[in-house]
Amino acid sequence: MADLRAALTPDRVRDGSLELSLYGRDASVMRGEAVAACFPTSPDEVAACVRIARRHGRPFTPRGAGTGLAGGAVPVDRPVVIVTTKMDRILEVDTEDLVAWVEPGVVNLDLSRRLAPLGLTFAPDPSSQQACSIGGNVANNSGGPHCLAYGVTSAHVLAVEVVLPDGEIAILGGLDPEPAGYDLRGAFVGSEGTLGIATRIAVRLTPVAPAVVTMLLAFGDVAAAAATVSEVIASAMVPAAMEMMDQRITIAVEDYVHAGYPTEAGAVLLVELDGLPAGVEVERAQVEAIAWRRGASMVRAASDEAERALLWKGRKSAFGAVARIRPNYYLHDTVVPRSRLVEVLAEVYAIADRHELLVMNVFHAGDGNLHPLLLFDAREPGVMNRVHAAGEEIVKASLAAGGVLSGEHGIGLEKRDLMSLQFGPDDLDAQARLRDAFDPDGVANPTKVLPAGSRCGDLQHVPDGLWV
Amino acid sequence: MGLTTTGPLEAFAADVGPPDAGPVTCVGGRTQWAIGGVAHQAREVRAPAGVVTLDPAEMTVRVRAATEVADVDGALEEHRQVIALPAWPGATVGGVLAVGHSGIRRLGYGPVRDTLLEARVVSADGRLVKAGGPTVKNVSGYDLCRLLVGSLGTLGLIGEVLLRTRPRPEVTCWLAGVTDPFALRHRLHRPVAVLWDGETTWVCLEGHAADVASQVRVAGLPEVPGPPPVPPFRWSMPPKAIRGLERRADGRDPSTSTGSIAGGLRDFRPPPPDPFTGWVPGPFLAEVGVGVVHVDRPVPAATPSTEVAELGRRVKTAFDPTGRLNPGRQPGAASSMGGAT
Repeated sequence: MADLRAALTPDRVRDGSLELSLYGRDASVMRGEAVAACFPTSPDEVAACVRIARRHGRPFTPRGAGTGLAGGAVPVDRPVVIVTTKMDRILEVDTEDLVAWVEPGVVNLDLSRRLAPLGLTFAPDPSSQQACSIGGNVANNSGGPHCLAYGVTSAHVLAVEVVLPDGEIAILGGLDPEPAGYDLRGAFVGSEGTLGIATRIAVRLTPVAPAVVTMLLAFGDVAAAAATVSEVIASAMVPAAMEMMDQRITIAVEDYVHAGYPTEAGAVLLVELDGLPAGVEVERAQVEAIAWRRGASMVRAASDEAERALLWKGRKSAFGAVARIRPNYYLHDTVVPRSRLVEVLAEVYAIADRHELLVMNVFHAGDGNLHPLLLFDAREPGVMNRVHAAGEEIVKASLAAGGVLSGEHGIGLEKRDLMSLQFGPDDLDAQARLRDAFDPDGVANPTKVLPAGSRCGDLQHVPDGLWV
Repeated sequence: MGLTTTGPLEAFAADVGPPDAGPVTCVGGRTQWAIGGVAHQAREVRAPAGVVTLDPAEMTVRVRAATEVADVDGALEEHRQVIALPAWPGATVGGVLAVGHSGIRRLGYGPVRDTLLEARVVSADGRLVKAGGPTVKNVSGYDLCRLLVGSLGTLGLIGEVLLRTRPRPEVTCWLAGVTDPFALRHRLHRPVAVLWDGETTWVCLEGHAADVASQVRVAGLPEVPGPPPVPPFRWSMPPKAIRGLERRADGRDPSTSTGSIAGGLRDFRPPPPDPFTGWVPGPFLAEVGVGVVHVDRPVPAATPSTEVAELGRRVKTAFDPTGRLNPGRQPGAASSMGGAT
């Protein structure tokens, strides 16, 4: 502690029981224990924290805003938690090359707000964008509704300055299009703090499209809505976003924000098209025709910016809305091929029924990214066991349909022991080799992402005590 | 592990063999054979070829690595889709991914690396390894696919890939004339390419017919049949550094105006030493907004920082401890011969 306080300032190194309790958790349902939480303000201070932790035989766990849902920032093995929220400056906005250098603690939505007057945006827009940080977006390779057309965070990061697990500082990637050597930038993005800590990030800026149309489509059931999604994609269109809400969540949201959603509909689709005006109009007509053919009961386009904002507010308030129904929720995240959405959704409802849980679905239908929301009251004895059992069954159903473990939340601790459902021993061994190349001593966010023993095929499990 | 096609891939892995089977070099279409150094004497192996599955409703296509890019585009044509890989004559999917160089439409299509969703590669110990996942969105574990693109087959040999497709544009149109390419690029909405040789600007527009027509009016340039010939060597620089390039007739060294821009931050560590000092590029064709500059003579290799070079060595050693995969080749090494453009 004395070394950390000398390297930073005393007020930026915390080890009080209240603070350690706070930094023992993120937005997941797991809890760990840190030895200290540090708040560096420069890359050199981050490097100092890493070196001091190592010198005292402690690992480190990077942390942004703590909005992660997979336990990636939960401290395990009593690490030093290195919090990047005080590194929150936008360092440079280059409107010619459409690049901004930002510090990791910059809040996602703050960056896009700063860019809005310039007609630019940072495309990844996770639902937590009001709170989550760009550094966290890099660690998790975050997505969001608009990643359907624009791609996830990796496609929007050109370079990243990182403090490596040995305390050295390196710039991975570059502002030029073909930096020499391996794409270490690409390997770093999404590594969940296990390959180092991002201290400066060059993000790609996207010009806002001249024309945007946001449509609300209502259907009798999720099958008709999902069929519409599939047909839109198969028609060689890539909408900016295509979000689905089932009836339960639509009612909850409408009750909460009054966005004008049709509560009698079995499923609602929010479709956004952007580009140049003529093309957007052609695609709007195409989407409308497909929707009617698939049995839509309503097709409506937002008539002005206020209505468009209201439609999105409904979608983005979904998780706040459910708090009024049950005190706790567990949000899942898997991806399935778009053509299998209907059958996997049916399976999700059946799984929840079997475990006597209430499930609602609000998700990125355009890229098959499911977000089943299990609602419960944690005070009910034994309910967490049912929640975990249902979650694991949902993951297995998604994988059985040809999907993947996670679309945007990451693996963290939550799905670490499920990695072997998607990857074989040789696949996990290759991932472990990458990690060893960056962090041979295993000091960077230990126990996350890969099951222990990935290099030898002797997998060990996350201790039960970590689950809250 | 759950291979969708076992035969050809397993045969490829067996051909590569265990570590004691010695060094191997993987051959694609030989269209970019000298990029990153010429392969040393090593036994030649070839990945299997052929489109495995085509899934237009998912906007994905699964192909074996030795399939020619043009053949994949041909198979996708009836579904009005394309892949965002350069279809150089004879170039294979595996080769284009291993080299990682984009075509001249990168401004609109993005880098090659964002096309790859899943790869099945043969590791240095002759095993089949899966990287990535089958869906367009996936953050399950480390992103080994990004690492493979541009690695010149030095970390693993690509056997089969799942690629994302993109809509085939209704209209494609090339314009050319003398205008400021930097101002024009920002006046247009997502042009697919803006090329500049120091005097003439070429623009590629794609999309719905009415949109392209309106953008043609914005550009105010006459239509031409296509892009100009593209010189064979590549030079990578931050996009705005292209402003510093002078028209060939001046014969001036451009390095003084490109070196200082790489970092851009006052308190930022200095950019690596400019390897181009004293080197004159001659005639060029620059991709405005991208930073790839095509030139007619070999370009000195860029020098990564000490930390990045060391990290690269550790990655190579971790994946290929005996150095048997494509010995002699190294991403970023100087090329004595140009590649397909």
